[in-house]
Amino acid sequence: MSAPTEHGAEVAAAVADPIADPGLSEHQPRPTDVDPAKEKRAERQVAALFAISAISSILFVVAYFSFKIGEKPDVVMGLGASHVALGLTLGLSLLLIGVGAIQLARKLMADHEIVEYRHPAVSSEEDRETALASLRDGIAESGIARRPLVRNSMLLGLGLLGVPVVVALRDLGPLPGDALEHTVWGRRKLIRLVQDVTGTPIKPEDLEIGQLVNGQPELFFEDGANETYDLQSEKAKAAIIIVRMQPDEIAAAADRKDWGVDGILCYSKICTHVGCPISLWEQQTHHLLCPCHQSTFDLADNGRVIFGPAARALPQLPITVDSEGYLASQSDFLEPVGPSYWERG
Amino acid sequence: MSKAFDSNDKNAAATAKPNKAGKAAEWADERLGLAGLAKKNLRKVFPDHWSFMLGEIALWSFIVLLLTGVFLTLWFKPSMAEVTYQGSYAQLRGLEMSEAYASTLDISFDVRAGLLMRQIHHWSAMLFIAAMIVHLMRVFLTGAYRKPREINWLIGGGLLLLGILEGFAGYSLPDDLLSGTGMRIADGLVKATPVVGTYMSFFMFGGEFPGHVIVPRLYIAHVLLIPGLILGLIGAHMLLLVYHKHTQWPGPGRTNDNVVGYPMLPVYAAKAGGFFFIVSGVTTLMGALLSINPVWKYGPYNPAEVTAGSQPDWYMGVAEGLLRIMPGWESHLFGYTISWNVMIPGQIGPFLIFGAILAYPFIESWVTGDKREHHLLQRPRNAPTRTAFLVSLMTLYGLLWAAGGNDILATQFHLNLNSITYFMRGAIFIIPAIAFFVTRRWCISLQRHDNEKLLHGYETGIIMRSPDGAYSERHLPLDEERAYSLTARDRDQVYVGAPEADANGIKSRAARKDRLRARVSAAMFDANVQKPTSAELADAHHHAEEAAAQDHALIGHHADGHELDGHREYLVSDEPLRDH
Repeated sequence: MSAPTEHGAEVAAAVADPIADPGLSEHQPRPTDVDPAKEKRAERQVAALFAISAISSILFVVAYFSFKIGEKPDVVMGLGASHVALGLTLGLSLLLIGVGAIQLARKLMADHEIVEYRHPAVSSEEDRETALASLRDGIAESGIARRPLVRNSMLLGLGLLGVPVVVALRDLGPLPGDALEHTVWGRRKLIRLVQDVTGTPIKPEDLEIGQLVNGQPELFFEDGANETYDLQSEKAKAAIIIVRMQPDEIAAAADRKDWGVDGILCYSKICTHVGCPISLWEQQTHHLLCPCHQSTFDLADNGRVIFGPAARALPQLPITVDSEGYLASQSDFLEPVGPSYWERG
Repeated sequence: MSKAFDSNDKNAAATAKPNKAGKAAEWADERLGLAGLAKKNLRKVFPDHWSFMLGEIALWSFIVLLLTGVFLTLWFKPSMAEVTYQGSYAQLRGLEMSEAYASTLDISFDVRAGLLMRQIHHWSAMLFIAAMIVHLMRVFLTGAYRKPREINWLIGGGLLLLGILEGFAGYSLPDDLLSGTGMRIADGLVKATPVVGTYMSFFMFGGEFPGHVIVPRLYIAHVLLIPGLILGLIGAHMLLLVYHKHTQWPGPGRTNDNVVGYPMLPVYAAKAGGFFFIVSGVTTLMGALLSINPVWKYGPYNPAEVTAGSQPDWYMGVAEGLLRIMPGWESHLFGYTISWNVMIPGQIGPFLIFGAILAYPFIESWVTGDKREHHLLQRPRNAPTRTAFLVSLMTLYGLLWAAGGNDILATQFHLNLNSITYFMRGAIFIIPAIAFFVTRRWCISLQRHDNEKLLHGYETGIIMRSPDGAYSERHLPLDEERAYSLTARDRDQVYVGAPEADANGIKSRAARKDRLRARVSAAMFDANVQKPTSAELADAHHHAEEAAAQDHALIGHHADGHELDGHREYLVSDEPLRDH
């Protein structure tokens, strides 16, 4: 690591290598080189390894046809019998070929080291000149340098070819528009909150204090919902959690006083960090924790972030009860749900 | 081979021993001119060292990935269309799910060896990336990236990035709950991009997340686009390796101008070829016995569900850790949102770390101004700053990894999750810095130890007592080969910079750069210990001889000092017993 251009040369000369290169050490014979018995033994070892590999391959075929698949997928260490048998036989037949080959190389093949000389990566001065001359000739013959009009128009043409390439990708997807600002909760007023798996509507008296229920809008369980909605995409925004707390423990903001029903509040289930569905509920503290990156929200305090990487409070859905006494939405969320994005403001 | 090279007449060229293989080779050579290539490369020399095997593991696991991957494509259906599962796995029968997930279940439960191939594929993917990272560390620590290998260093970096991308695309394909959650997070990362984030997300997913096109799009990237790029880069990586010839450790007869080792045919072909079977055999056994990514346990993707303790594949751990410990910073400017809490850990941080490693060789070569070719490896201790730099980044990597599993750490060790996170926020800055200084001092101490051995010999473990009762340990000189290997390295030159040329006090840009270079050079190399000079060595040997003469006077027995160090050439049983 010297700097030859500055002052390396004289320093290097002053302190030459303290020990001279003794040259390559002498070749040491291996036991298999001098002892015919050991050589034979190594030969038998290698042959045995290859032979067992061959047997293992045959056993693979046997296992393939003799084990049924699919009936009991967890009989051997949580895995299927066919799977384990096929894996062990195939693994062994591969592994033993490898072990055999390396044993062969180490014990029986000649082990004399060879010296090869390196050449600098750089091409010779002559090659360089010839290449440069060819390049100059080629460019000169093309006449590009003498004809700026041709050169510039060619560059323009090639440059603009990039535009169709980019524009052609336009139909990869629709423009965002205001899609992220709305959810299906805005389709109409008084959409019932239902249990997310069964689709049953919920009455306030069904919920105990401290209970959390995962919910969805009833729209997803109506006839023909599959055709009306892109269910996965809509669920990714409309999913909610419904919690019941002691009414006097809730510190609702001034404009949110009438967003709940008897201590029952409804929040978006989609984390405002990067969009995981939030699910871990601590009854005593009213904290809701996201299992992905541990953002924690206080549901008694308007969904405020109290810990973790999320920056925004969990959006709250204003709810009420409908004429039959079921929990239903007052309106859509009043802000976009899910992760932040540039235009969100 | 034969006379075919120079006799292109009507008579068939006469071979010394006409056989089928010879004829086939002749047929091919007449059309491809193979002999020219083969003559240069069949006996090409490769030096031997265990650490040269790490890149090979990456190469072979990639081949395993290609083979098992082709098997999987024969059954996998990259479609997000809803189907009702009717396969063998009873717990999920009758459930609505995407075709991608259903076909993954079919591969796992209704195709013989299907689950085996899936598990080999996943294990190999992890091994592929792990081997690339360890290989990168080997190349970095030994300075193998120096001229003329800088381009291959960058190609390797590109391969690692592509490998990680390929892995992420792959584990997103089955469309199970865990991979869907991973895509959800990826969507959040993309949306955090300033100005164009929402558009990027909508173009990726063909509309709103998750949409219906992401699995087929990831599929074509995973099976064609990215593997194609990886294959091309591997080809370039190998070609440059052959052109530059492999680096080697310095030693007797092993210089910067030669390469010493075994020939490609037969030894290296057998070892490397055999090693392919070992890598594929081991990954097959892992696939057979170690369950990985059991997607049937997670269920189909539902954007409203998540499993607690969700973890990405290990190589995403750095981004995951950064995401988890980042404070929730977000700015709102003129009606627009900048999500620092997602951008910094997801889009900036990992690339900054990676960029720092990739850039280090270029910074180092600017500081040293070294324009020579280097084919001899350096021991990590002999480049203390470089080694310390990598160790500090390794420490950072480990900490972020732990941060990425902060929930697991909290539940396994009964710790407070919040405390772990707060700790990590400071630790990722402080602990790598400590690791840097400790490693640097450690390397320098090891360099001193090397010099100690060169000058005063190695410790034999034999305690001598002088007539006046003083005890000392007997030291013996290193053998010549070992001593040469220890000194076969360059002396570091600290760049002092040009003397201040500008007499009129105007500080030019070039002068500022020059001073910076001098300062960095001093920081990098000033504290290093250089190998002894010839004079120092001769002086030390003179002392040693005097000491040996004294020792000799003390020895009442013909012990040669090799009783305990295993260097003697006869057996202990041959040693005559003392008669008292």
